[in-house]
Amino acid sequence: MSTPLFSVDDLRVSFRTLDGVVHAVDGISYAVEAGKTLGIVGESGSGKTVSSLTALGLTRSDNTTIKGSITFDGQDMVTLADDKLRAVRGNDMAMIFQDPLSALHPFYRVGWQLVEAMRAHQSISKSAARTRAAELLDLVGIPDPKRRIDQYPHEFSGGMRQRAMIAMALSNEPKLLIADEPTTALDVTVQAQILALLQDLQERLGTAIIIITHDLGVVAQIADDICVMYAGRIVERGSTEDIFHAPQHPYTWGLLRSIPRLDNPRDEELMPISGRPPSLINRPSGCHFHPRCPYVRDAHKRVDPKLAAVDGSAEHVVACLLESSVRSRIWDGIQSGRDADSLQRMAASSPEPAVPPELANAPESEGTDIEPSEEGVTESERHGQHGPMGPVDEVDHRLTRNERSGDVITGPEDT
Amino acid sequence: MATYIVRRILWGIVLTILVSALTFLFFNILPSADPAVLRAGRNSSPATIEHIRVELGLNKPVYTQFFTYMKNIILHWNFGYSFYSGASVTSLIKDRLPATLSLTLGAAVLWLLIGVPIGIISAIKRGSAVDRGAMAGALAGVSFPDFWLGLLVLFLFANDIGRFKIFPGAGSYVGLTVSPVHWFTSLLLPWFVLASTSAAVYSRVLRGSLIESMGEDYIRTARAKGLTERRVIWRHGVRSAVTPVLTILGLDIGALLGGAVIAETVFDIPGIGRLNYQAIVSSDFPIVQGTVILAALFIVIANIVVDIMYAYLDPRVRYS
Repeated sequence: MSTPLFSVDDLRVSFRTLDGVVHAVDGISYAVEAGKTLGIVGESGSGKTVSSLTALGLTRSDNTTIKGSITFDGQDMVTLADDKLRAVRGNDMAMIFQDPLSALHPFYRVGWQLVEAMRAHQSISKSAARTRAAELLDLVGIPDPKRRIDQYPHEFSGGMRQRAMIAMALSNEPKLLIADEPTTALDVTVQAQILALLQDLQERLGTAIIIITHDLGVVAQIADDICVMYAGRIVERGSTEDIFHAPQHPYTWGLLRSIPRLDNPRDEELMPISGRPPSLINRPSGCHFHPRCPYVRDAHKRVDPKLAAVDGSAEHVVACLLESSVRSRIWDGIQSGRDADSLQRMAASSPEPAVPPELANAPESEGTDIEPSEEGVTESERHGQHGPMGPVDEVDHRLTRNERSGDVITGPEDT
Repeated sequence: MATYIVRRILWGIVLTILVSALTFLFFNILPSADPAVLRAGRNSSPATIEHIRVELGLNKPVYTQFFTYMKNIILHWNFGYSFYSGASVTSLIKDRLPATLSLTLGAAVLWLLIGVPIGIISAIKRGSAVDRGAMAGALAGVSFPDFWLGLLVLFLFANDIGRFKIFPGAGSYVGLTVSPVHWFTSLLLPWFVLASTSAAVYSRVLRGSLIESMGEDYIRTARAKGLTERRVIWRHGVRSAVTPVLTILGLDIGALLGGAVIAETVFDIPGIGRLNYQAIVSSDFPIVQGTVILAALFIVIANIVVDIMYAYLDPRVRYS
């Protein structure tokens, strides 16, 4: 197997804040191969954005502690010097963000911003860069690009703005493109177009993509592999096939079952995941998911599961204390429409797992829920968009939050 | 855009006429010394006073006086004559305007030179000793009253009465054309006094504005593009942060051009502010009216200029 283009190895990122230490990312490992797409899925506050921001060096500050390694194209991004890091950012590794209206500077023309991105990394004349900017806008499907490069971001529609951001990210032909919730702020129809665009660009340019989202529907469409994150950890990881056909973690089941489906009976109830994401300052003891897990046992409140391979697959791993046979039965039950109560009874009927002696007296705690707080509220949130706040709010607000759950309806958009 | 400007100008003219009407009204309704009496001098006979009243047109009804007044301005550019000295108001204002312009514009340059860098550095090094020291200094600057600070610097540094005889003291103002060097040195202390309050205000405003801009999403995008931090701060952060500051600047200068009375009095500078004050005290109504119209005009113009500037700086505003 060839060396992956981008790999994260036991990354731990914590932020020291006034309220305590936020364990944003607590030992995660994943890899992306050249030309492939990885989806990172999780709720607000799962830490899904932090590893990518850390790869670009955007979380570095006096209050941040970063351990572990992030290897990109042979270099360790965690220890890389600032100037070398800047040479990679926007160049070989590029990132696009959630709300393209606030992510583009409102005072500068779109073409100017693309030219700036190019001239930061290439020695190219302004006029050549302008020509290239028009070509890039054309590449991402923006009509009449020569006129559009002299327009301001507010003159573009939402979908077009996101296309322009993608064009800007691609302007230096990156090997890896990280897309952080690229479609969350957009209409559903536009969403599909943006995803198709990303796939098309990957085929044409061979760019590897990491797509970060809370929406499993999005990753189903374009990801080759998926990491499911919860409370700063990866709880399940595998190929898209594995995750959708044989999911192993109760959280993954919850995500899959909470998607409304057109082919299910109309009156069939959705199975939401009860409760709220935990605060990353004060996490639940044992398995971090235990307060919300319908199949929790006593032992789960004390023992912290590690990622382990699922039978029959080297690539598919899950961190769950339930026995794999129990899990299969529960998943089959969920799929065939058995109601929640009978599934819980079935799970509870299996033998009680043992607690290792050293943890016998470990304290149990449910942790605390995230407090919605004003810290780190981004401009788009200040203007009234909705969604529960993530614990990254408790961080120094220079690290702007961009995690959200739930789609934001911004109004009728055309491409 | 053009229709917008034209509309603003027309509205500005209406406003100015309204202001002068109001001033006229106040002067005639509110108790004040009878200008005829003042002009007549001591121990004058009622006949003299009455004669002066007729001469000055004060015996006519208020609205007639106002109408005559406006007619003179619009048709003849004649703002009337001082009740006291008989000099034409326009000539008096023309005499005094350069001093006020020198004082205001020089102070503005100084407070920008001090306030802007301090504001930016405080924002960048937020929370550091530099920031805290600067904001404490700003608080002091804002708290010192103009007249107190003016007298203080005179007592400390004026070369006639001060302890350390460095700068020219009160009353040393000369016009730019008379002697540039003396003009400049005589204005140093007054500039400092006027600028200290404003520099403090501007540094605080810019600091807040820059901290807010640096928290915006487009800053994260700029960093993700791999731009140097310097470029991110200046081209992306400061560029957004100055917009509110520039609009305040326009309004401040507009207001100051109407005359900085206190500074002009403390430093004995022959400007519009002092002219206005002396005219009020001596009920010299035409001068008061003239300076009030001038001040209103400056503010109206400043508002229009600021609006245009804002549209130039922030493209989102242009289409509303």
